[in-house]
Amino acid sequence: MSVIKLVWNYLLAKPLNTFLNIVLLALGIAVITLLLLFNNQLQENIARNGRGIDLVVGAKGSPLQLILCNIFHIDFPTGNIKLNEAERIAKNRLIKQAIPLALGDSYNGFRIIGTNQQYADLYEMQLQEGVWWKKNLEVTIGSNVATIGKLKIGDAFASAHGMTEGGHSHDAHQFKVVGIMKPSNTVIDNLIFTNVESVWIMHEEHAEGEEADHHHDDEEDHHHEVAADFKPSVLVPSVSANDSTHEITAMLLDYRSPMGAVQMPRMVNSQSSLQAASPAFETARLFSILGVGVDILMAFAYVLIFISALSIFIALYNSLKERRYDLAIMRSMGASRLKLVFTILLEGMVLTVLGSLLGLALGHCVLALMTNLVEETQKAGITALVFYTEEWILLAGSLLLGLLCAIIPALQAYRTDISKVLAGN
Amino acid sequence: MIEVKGLTYTYNGQKAISFPDFIINQGEHCLLLGSSGSGKTTLLHLLGGLLRNYQGSVITAEQELSRLSESALDAFRGKQMGFIFQKNHLITALNVEDNLKLAPYLAGANIDEKRIEEVLTRLGIASKRTAKVTEISQGQAQRVAIARAVMHKPAIILADEPTSALDDTSCEQVIQLLMEVAKENKASLIVATHDQRIKNYISKQVILTPQY
Repeated sequence: MSVIKLVWNYLLAKPLNTFLNIVLLALGIAVITLLLLFNNQLQENIARNGRGIDLVVGAKGSPLQLILCNIFHIDFPTGNIKLNEAERIAKNRLIKQAIPLALGDSYNGFRIIGTNQQYADLYEMQLQEGVWWKKNLEVTIGSNVATIGKLKIGDAFASAHGMTEGGHSHDAHQFKVVGIMKPSNTVIDNLIFTNVESVWIMHEEHAEGEEADHHHDDEEDHHHEVAADFKPSVLVPSVSANDSTHEITAMLLDYRSPMGAVQMPRMVNSQSSLQAASPAFETARLFSILGVGVDILMAFAYVLIFISALSIFIALYNSLKERRYDLAIMRSMGASRLKLVFTILLEGMVLTVLGSLLGLALGHCVLALMTNLVEETQKAGITALVFYTEEWILLAGSLLLGLLCAIIPALQAYRTDISKVLAGN
Repeated sequence: MIEVKGLTYTYNGQKAISFPDFIINQGEHCLLLGSSGSGKTTLLHLLGGLLRNYQGSVITAEQELSRLSESALDAFRGKQMGFIFQKNHLITALNVEDNLKLAPYLAGANIDEKRIEEVLTRLGIASKRTAKVTEISQGQAQRVAIARAVMHKPAIILADEPTSALDDTSCEQVIQLLMEVAKENKASLIVATHDQRIKNYISKQVILTPQY
């Protein structure tokens, strides 16, 4: 016999009541856990994906789309920009680093990114095996691309035009896998990297093959002419500086000084064909839009928790009425008032702790299910297998909630006049 | 063992009830007789330390009960007293065995498995050790209640109307069982009752009369 056993037996004596109370609380806690896990990871990933990038420059359009496409690789490109125009900005003295991005093709739904080694350095990408892409048509692939796309080093594949599966296939040229990266739990895992020139080669063929056709995707419209002059471009050294024929999708910029943040966006946006978007600003905007939905769900979760607290209070209060005689008997057997008060408080706390533990487990399970069913969540780098310190706070909070629910019933037990109850009045 | 002198108890500061003086020696059994309203349950509760704030003197096991603090009184009850109530109230959330374990647990004493076996066997309900209290008969429940009261070998067993709801045969069985168990545990048995049938078993009697 122990106080836990006593409390547990009392809870088991009313299985349905206990079940209802635990499930009610668990639902509330599960919603909060889910939001917590989702929100935290999204923010972490956004911070990780956007690190070291102060500004993204691309074609005019939605700034949010520019960020989503070029940093998170989820939206479509806004269009293309001329290499020489991008170069002019890259050469500005306020810019420490400029990384070109050329998008347009995919393989089995995995995006092919034409960029340089600086990109790999920026994201601290690490090789699992093989080497980084170097020559034209060489690719280094993310870990998901290797496993899901069933690619290994030495394999060749033809890319498809566009960002989604089932696009027009570029059969004339084949990419060759030279390296596979370590899993990073970021969007990198789902990307295929090659150099900018390879993307041009693909679309050179594309442009020639469909010259007569109308190009529905303007952003894919790359023209390529071999440049003879060799004053290499700062962005793509294989072509000459001030090349007016080549195009890239976007450029990732890193400021040299905070002055850049003041001057650059305005400077870029004043040029008619270019647009600058700040990842920090746009993601904050995105979160404020998402925030409304999150707030509503949170409010819903708190309502659930409030109802469960009420339900636990009522259950304890009612069961205490039935147990007045039990309590009096216990007093007659030598139990002190405090022992009984403690028992009742513990009963409330056991209920809420069980509820919140179940809720935490449920939250993680639902997220695990979500990541398995919805590919996008996986691509966004969200996993159910992380635990945050906030979860301890939830647990501690529910302990407090149990205490709160049990306080009035416990006081009632404290005040019980045992003689009166035992005399049968 | 028990000495009552000039005892008066006041209900809610209005109705006062006075009790005769009496002394019960160790191992001696005693009946508190009286019709309902004569205050026999009140007297039993006073003797058992369930009621405090009395005038006069109640000395139980050489202890003036009014001098004990509330928690000391709880501990005192847990050690010296065994209660049997009219309704045999058992804790329905617990099985027979755990009901018995509750007494030493609540009193802060060690739980003696051998003692449980011994008491249950003595009362002929050893086979019901793990049964739910809702699944045993009324007679068995009464035996469990008796077992619970004597688990910790109290000096005094206080029984409130233990037989009033029973037929003649059961009444005889219960009172004899109580006396035997009390004797075996060297305890004084004090029974508050209006049941005239018990008179023949216990000679020492305190007669209470309604005073209002």
